[in-house]
Amino acid sequence: MSVLVEGFLPLPFRTLFFREIHRFFIVINQTLLAPVISALLYLFIFGFSLGSRFGSFHGHSYIHFLIPGLVMMGLVNNSFQNPSSSLMISKFEGNIVDILMAPIGHAEIIAGYMLGGMFRGLLVGTCILAASCLFGLPPFAHPLYLILVALLSAALFSLAGVTAGIWAEKFDDLALFPTFIITPLTYLGGVFYSIDTLPPFWRNVSLFNPLLYMINALRYGFLGVSDVDPAWSLAALSIVAVVLFGVCLQMLRSGYRLRK
Amino acid sequence: MKKISIPDPPVPAIEVRGAAKSYGTVRALDGITLSIPRGELFGLLGPNGAGKSTLINLLTGLVRRDAGEVRIFGYDVDRDYRITRALLGAVPQELVYDHFFTVRQTLKIQSGYYGVTGNGPWIDELLDRLELKEHEGKTIRQLSGGMKRRLLVAKAMVHQPPILILDEPTAGVDVALRRSLWNLVRQVHAAGTTVVLTTHYLDEAEELCERVGIIHRGVFVALDRKDALMRQIQHRKVTLEFASPQPRLPAPLAEMGASLSADGASATLLVDRGDGSLQRLFEILGRGQIALADLQVEGAGLEDVFLQLTDEKRRPDAAGRIAAGSAP
Repeated sequence: MSVLVEGFLPLPFRTLFFREIHRFFIVINQTLLAPVISALLYLFIFGFSLGSRFGSFHGHSYIHFLIPGLVMMGLVNNSFQNPSSSLMISKFEGNIVDILMAPIGHAEIIAGYMLGGMFRGLLVGTCILAASCLFGLPPFAHPLYLILVALLSAALFSLAGVTAGIWAEKFDDLALFPTFIITPLTYLGGVFYSIDTLPPFWRNVSLFNPLLYMINALRYGFLGVSDVDPAWSLAALSIVAVVLFGVCLQMLRSGYRLRK
Repeated sequence: MKKISIPDPPVPAIEVRGAAKSYGTVRALDGITLSIPRGELFGLLGPNGAGKSTLINLLTGLVRRDAGEVRIFGYDVDRDYRITRALLGAVPQELVYDHFFTVRQTLKIQSGYYGVTGNGPWIDELLDRLELKEHEGKTIRQLSGGMKRRLLVAKAMVHQPPILILDEPTAGVDVALRRSLWNLVRQVHAAGTTVVLTTHYLDEAEELCERVGIIHRGVFVALDRKDALMRQIQHRKVTLEFASPQPRLPAPLAEMGASLSADGASATLLVDRGDGSLQRLFEILGRGQIALADLQVEGAGLEDVFLQLTDEKRRPDAAGRIAAGSAP
């Protein structure tokens, strides 16, 4: 007697990945349109109304300075939110057992959630960039570097979302991350200003903010200028993403907060 | 395409050896040993909190055991988890749902998780059999409790597993649908699927199961064929319907502990097969002093076995003897 299982290894992973994408398209108003509208408002207020007061950044207009920051803000927020809220809702509704009882490997589960989050983050980032055409697109100084940074940033925050989704036991736990970590670090990471404008003490403090490196790395990809070393940014992003993947893997292997 | 080969008999479908699991200070499973041969329809009974779901969840991998060994068709549930999970289909006790997707989408996603594709005709058949066809475009929130329960059954069966585990599958389902679910279980079982059923409805286990395990406080207090278990219950309930209503209970029946119905039309008493009381009753009736219109003798049901074995006041030594004598 035997059981035939077609496409045994890849199909469960592909199913999870497409489920994650399908899920956020079902609620597209809140997952895609809302962050794009928010970014457009920032562009309008800071770019048009206040931008002229900030002067230029290494010869680039303020609005060109702002666009990479807003793209990164949308990208990291949505990369994080997709897996974290999907996992939390699955735990709340109980359907997480569908994944836990299925013949899917731990790494495949992480990859499925991660790629789903990356897809949403990159889609939101791309839409923000497309919408910013209204205000004049920034140049693409280092396109390959830009794509690499976007992919790594999306992966890193998707993995952070997976970690948070596994860790959180209630929606209130999950709310800690955007409220107390991601939003403050994003706003203080140079989305709206260059850290060169800060007093020396706060400039040095800002160097401990990981979002600063991500935002500036993306900015380097667009404008060719950055507050920090772009090579170091890329290396740090890669290392943290690998570490987070390892953390997720260990959580799933041990059954942390998923299996009793 | 990957082929999972299932070893030929005598490898059992499910084998649990010395499985133990504690939640803090609560011992949910205390060294459980169980072997379910392929093709059996096994009933797992027990009061709330007895350890039934913990045992089920050891098989599915939702619970990690503290000690012991669990094998599905000879494959270890930890080391070979991808294989063992592909071989199982499980209906969880809780009503789990995914509100984003419709019934059909849910079944397609579930198929994908198990590596199965192109199974549209089987999904159609499941929807038909479980009376969900007309609801296939609805999201889960639009379904009634009974429909959600049936969808869980469909999900468990969507990859046509050789072992089907049903943890309280008919809870909250109306009588007609309960019967149709029973028929489905019978059909699946007749096709060679090994079925493990936990239920609070003892008539369900009595109706469907070939062998029954009664679990209490993390150990089996009974594990035997259903009819063998029921034979262990000694008493019979006898109802005597009088030819004409009696103003008072006839003295010989009163001596045997019978009770008269309010209208005097009948009397009921419990007789024990082992102490000669059944023979004494027939001697009394044989004297012809009590005119009867009818007589009914009711045998013990699974409910009697269950109550005897799980009732703390009645259980002490007898239960221990049954468990020790009948465990494989």
